[in-house]
Amino acid sequence: MSADRLNVLEQGQTGGSPVISMIGTRAMLFEAPGAFTMVEQQRIWALMEHARSRTDMEELIPGVTNLMLVFSHPPERPDHVAAWLRQAWQSLPPHQIPGRLFEIGVCYGGALGSDLAAVAAHTGLSPRKIIDLHQAGAYTVCAVASAPGFAYLHGLDSRIATPRKSVPSMNMPAGTVTIGGMQAGISSLSGPNGWNSIGFTEICLFDPRRDSPSLFAIGDRIRFYQKSIEL
Amino acid sequence: MITILETAPLNTVQDKGRSGYRNLGVGTSGVMDPLAFQVGNVLLDNDPSAACIEVQTFPFVIRFDDITSFAVTGIDAPIALNGRPILPWSVETAAPGDVLHVDMPTVGARGYLCVAGGIDVPVVLGSRSTQLRGSFGGHEGRFLAVGDQIATGPQGAPLSGYGAVPPTVALGLAKDETVTLRAIPATDYLLFTESARQRFWETAWRITPQSNRVGYRLSGTPLTLIKPVELRSYGIVSGIIQVPPAGEPIVQLAEANTAGGYPRIATVIEADLWCLGQARIGRSIRFVECDHQAGVAATGAAAAYLENLRSMADYYRKSTLRRNGGASPRPDRPA
Repeated sequence: MSADRLNVLEQGQTGGSPVISMIGTRAMLFEAPGAFTMVEQQRIWALMEHARSRTDMEELIPGVTNLMLVFSHPPERPDHVAAWLRQAWQSLPPHQIPGRLFEIGVCYGGALGSDLAAVAAHTGLSPRKIIDLHQAGAYTVCAVASAPGFAYLHGLDSRIATPRKSVPSMNMPAGTVTIGGMQAGISSLSGPNGWNSIGFTEICLFDPRRDSPSLFAIGDRIRFYQKSIEL
Repeated sequence: MITILETAPLNTVQDKGRSGYRNLGVGTSGVMDPLAFQVGNVLLDNDPSAACIEVQTFPFVIRFDDITSFAVTGIDAPIALNGRPILPWSVETAAPGDVLHVDMPTVGARGYLCVAGGIDVPVVLGSRSTQLRGSFGGHEGRFLAVGDQIATGPQGAPLSGYGAVPPTVALGLAKDETVTLRAIPATDYLLFTESARQRFWETAWRITPQSNRVGYRLSGTPLTLIKPVELRSYGIVSGIIQVPPAGEPIVQLAEANTAGGYPRIATVIEADLWCLGQARIGRSIRFVECDHQAGVAATGAAAAYLENLRSMADYYRKSTLRRNGGASPRPDRPA
């Protein structure tokens, strides 16, 4: 039985141990057990920093409480790498990133925040209350992924968590302030999007010509404030 | 310089892909058939990072504005230079003003127009590949359009009169209606019912029209999970096979998002991704289970094929130059 298959077999066992699996021959996915908390996310960042020291790394892609390792060449013994990761996971302290604080003005509601009504219907809260809870939150960038410059934000008040839409918007503009399940976000590109739009901001999240193309980096903190409300 | 005379959307400048920016949400892009792309660059003595034009809608017609050596790889198709039929997988040299027609392929889905010196568009975030979602890279971050003028890099002495045996022939791949792809079970394999797992390997999955550079949506009897799962967003690599709630798999490819959240049943091995890049809508594909060691070993055949091709191309280039009484086109590079 091959090493990668062994990792797959560990998937069925739940409990306190991480799930490590091969995705093809050149990528390995490490998934933390437990809840989506900032401490678990900081442990993922610690693992990411630790994995940078390996000489066989091409890319390290942090996700939401998981880490994808892309190797420059397929590892000869994936099980050895998995053991190395598991050992590091148990011994490393959470890696805190102070990050920068962004205060972002939002035009809530209106045509560019048209799912506010759907969020109200799902949560049973008034649009006004949803806006208050959204801007009361302290958010942290867990990962920049999916689309160029898109940040997965931790810190959404669970009272306004709303599942993704069953029918995505076909052309949501970049800068739309959104809720997708327990995650908050700001769309970075115009295009199809299944998250709920509750407002709009004019910041540019990604520009390949900037020295640092993505506005947000992991660890950055975000606060929203209302520029306007249109109900 | 080349000028685009006729094109439909979807044709783009690509290279081997943009590595190193997935942590900013930037996917790799890059050619869908890396093998055909490498063949083109080897034939033309290009740097492996030289960019090409990936042609997936036809007819595609261009004018060469300078003397340009080129090759069209990846497909078998009616190709003509000023009305004179020429072979795919072969090196030709166009004179200024020559017009190249590439018509609908009879074999394959994506043609690669490779030119000596490469397509010279600015390098953005380490690559010349077009990033369509982000609207950057390639030629102005978009599909090529009629009237576009595209620069080509510096080239040596004109080359012609030799070509490559197409990989399907050289690697002895069967010409079945069904494309066979080797795949390794992935993270959530055992979360699927036993019958779903069995069906995954046994089904001839049809490639639906909702298939493109982002990914291929397959059609067949839906695959069911033992119980529903809610996954947190994780990194995506080319070849990963996800199963959305409706149960029909999606193979994520070159233009995929960098993160996703659907259960992962398996991953197509890197060595077979080019076969998928050449599989047309409507064709069927079948997955064959493979393990890590076999998946790693599978890259050997293509590597050996490219190595042979490199020796052959070197030999022909030298004899062409001797015939023409020229010096080495690349004195700075060892033979």
